[in-house]
Amino acid sequence: MKVSLFVTCLIDLFYTNAGKATVELLERLGCEVDFPEAQTCCGQPAYNSGYVKESKEAMKQMMRAFAHADYVVTPSGSCAAMLKEYPHIFHGDPEWEAEAKRLAAKTYELTQFLVDVLKVEDVGASLHGRATYHTSCHMTRLLGVKDAPLRLLEHVKGLELVPLPNAHQCCGFGGTFSVKMGPISEQMVDEKIGHIEEVEADYLIGADCGCLMNIGGRIGRLGKPIRVMHIAEVLNQQK
Amino acid sequence: MPMKIENGPFWKRVEENLQNDFMRGAVAGMQDRGYVRRLGVIEELGHWEEWRSLAEQIRKHTLENLDYYLMQLSENVAKRGGHVFFAQTAEEANDYIRRIALEKQAKKIVKSKSMVTEEINLNPVLEAIGCQVVETDLGEYILQIDDHDPPSHIVGPALHKNKEQIRDVFRRKLGYTKSSDPVELARHAREMLRRDYLTADIGITGCNFAIAESGSITLVTNEGNADLVTALPKTQITVMGMERIVPTFEEMEVLVSMLTRSAVGQKLTSYITVLTGPRDEGDADGPEEFHLVIVDNGRSSILGTEFQPILQCIRCAACVNVCPVYRHIGGHSYGSIYSGPIGAVLSPLLGGYDDYKELPYASSLCAACTEACPVKIPLHELLIKHRQIIVEREGKAPVAEKLAMKAFRLGTASSSLYRFGTKFAPSAFAPFVEDGRVTKGPGPLKAWTESREFPAPSKERFRDWFQTRQKGGNPS
Repeated sequence: MKVSLFVTCLIDLFYTNAGKATVELLERLGCEVDFPEAQTCCGQPAYNSGYVKESKEAMKQMMRAFAHADYVVTPSGSCAAMLKEYPHIFHGDPEWEAEAKRLAAKTYELTQFLVDVLKVEDVGASLHGRATYHTSCHMTRLLGVKDAPLRLLEHVKGLELVPLPNAHQCCGFGGTFSVKMGPISEQMVDEKIGHIEEVEADYLIGADCGCLMNIGGRIGRLGKPIRVMHIAEVLNQQK
Repeated sequence: MPMKIENGPFWKRVEENLQNDFMRGAVAGMQDRGYVRRLGVIEELGHWEEWRSLAEQIRKHTLENLDYYLMQLSENVAKRGGHVFFAQTAEEANDYIRRIALEKQAKKIVKSKSMVTEEINLNPVLEAIGCQVVETDLGEYILQIDDHDPPSHIVGPALHKNKEQIRDVFRRKLGYTKSSDPVELARHAREMLRRDYLTADIGITGCNFAIAESGSITLVTNEGNADLVTALPKTQITVMGMERIVPTFEEMEVLVSMLTRSAVGQKLTSYITVLTGPRDEGDADGPEEFHLVIVDNGRSSILGTEFQPILQCIRCAACVNVCPVYRHIGGHSYGSIYSGPIGAVLSPLLGGYDDYKELPYASSLCAACTEACPVKIPLHELLIKHRQIIVEREGKAPVAEKLAMKAFRLGTASSSLYRFGTKFAPSAFAPFVEDGRVTKGPGPLKAWTESREFPAPSKERFRDWFQTRQKGGNPS
């Protein structure tokens, strides 16, 4: 099966290990991974800040980049949800509406793709320690992916998965919110970290680098001994 | 209390409230307990998503045919001997109500909870002609006697006060001598209020839902205060936002169930009262005269716009109760009697962007509000629409942000520019990187690094790694 990877700008530039793990994991599960070089960003930073015109140019670039793809897989619930919004955004646009619908229909978040399309739950990963999982808001509420990451993590050997209290609550990232409303965002992430500490987790696992950059950035600043990992990195661990 | 709460600029309000540990604890406790309770009654009902769709359909249908249902409502109120007044503005509504008060030579007016009368700032108008106005909802009563402290929540207006603070207010203002035990406090308020009900000339209520087919109004409370407000005084005035209407009893039943479950996690509240017109011959109680004041005050200009869904709102505050931003900053930070996500959408529409331009940004767009809304208002999407208007029409966006977004457009609209631009990220970041992270960032990163580390860009982009690997090279 040929899979076109939308790696997301955050992973392309900052969290390359999550991207590498995604490629290796998909290949291990028998996929041929294609990386369309023309991809840039899903457009979300501009769109969510109200710069709709600006964001549409990025979106068009994405539609061009993935026009040939059968499956578009991305290791980010938030970016996947954004691609799924394209039909709504280009509604009534004769030139782009059809392409927007095609792209939305063939887009999958990584864990969703593994569980729903490849039908695997045990990817043969192992990681030793106590972990908790952060359910990102866009992934659960906008994309509707709730169970897939947990099912995959439950099969990771050696991993003790503990539920995160108030898991439904936002970590305070929110894209430009985190800088525009910094002091509020800080309170939100502190509450999240408090809950992670409460369950004494060694690992905080998530499926969205935006949230992980926020939680991880605050954990780093506070010097807490909690390791932050993208779920692709966890699923690609074989020891 | 007008819609706008005069308590300084946005950031001053936020900073003050972030320091208010008591308020934050109270809000978090309310949210956490409410979350569990609400999920409980939702599960008990079953088929929640279908109920939400039905409720949304009812609200949409009503708004699409609002002229028809308002006409039907007003005809039916008149048929039952009531008077209807359509007020286009707050002033028109207040003038009408003042005229009635003058006509009746009213000395005392009792009120049950009504956000719209707060919005139009009715009480001072009545006080100016010498009426004593008494709020009878316990929360509103506490705020009123505490020198008109503004409400911080549309359902639980005194959420930001604890029982000790309430005891102190009672001592100061009512000569109360007992403890901070909520039962004793409530008993005292009840004794005080009983006298007011019995001596009031006019009762003023809000309206949860008006029923077009019968000309009735529905009042939903847990305290029964609205029943006394409407049963005892000779004149009743009900004030409603023009969108608070349902076609028939059947839709009212659905929406009341959605309201009580979403607002307070109850199957039903203690009192759900439907009143139709003034007292009939042979009725044991009820007013001799009934007035329905239907308030526009900016609502009709929302109709037909992309913000129309906000008029679906049934004021349950489910969005407020799940909002992580409200959780930390509390209601007063919004500077409007409408706080939380509903307030962040509604306040700029009713009060303009000058006063409320920050509110659409006071959201991480986590969509908890949209998910909780029982009538499916896409709240987080409406916040994005506000942001779009602020950027495109109002021109209120900061210059640095506009430049950044211009760069974003250039950098993401073409793969070659993206590749070119991002290639130099590591060297551009280099002066700020220490131990693989940025601790003190420049420009827009500064706000981030006030509280968090920012990652240093990878030396090699993912795409470079992938390309090398494809070519059979030896990737790192």
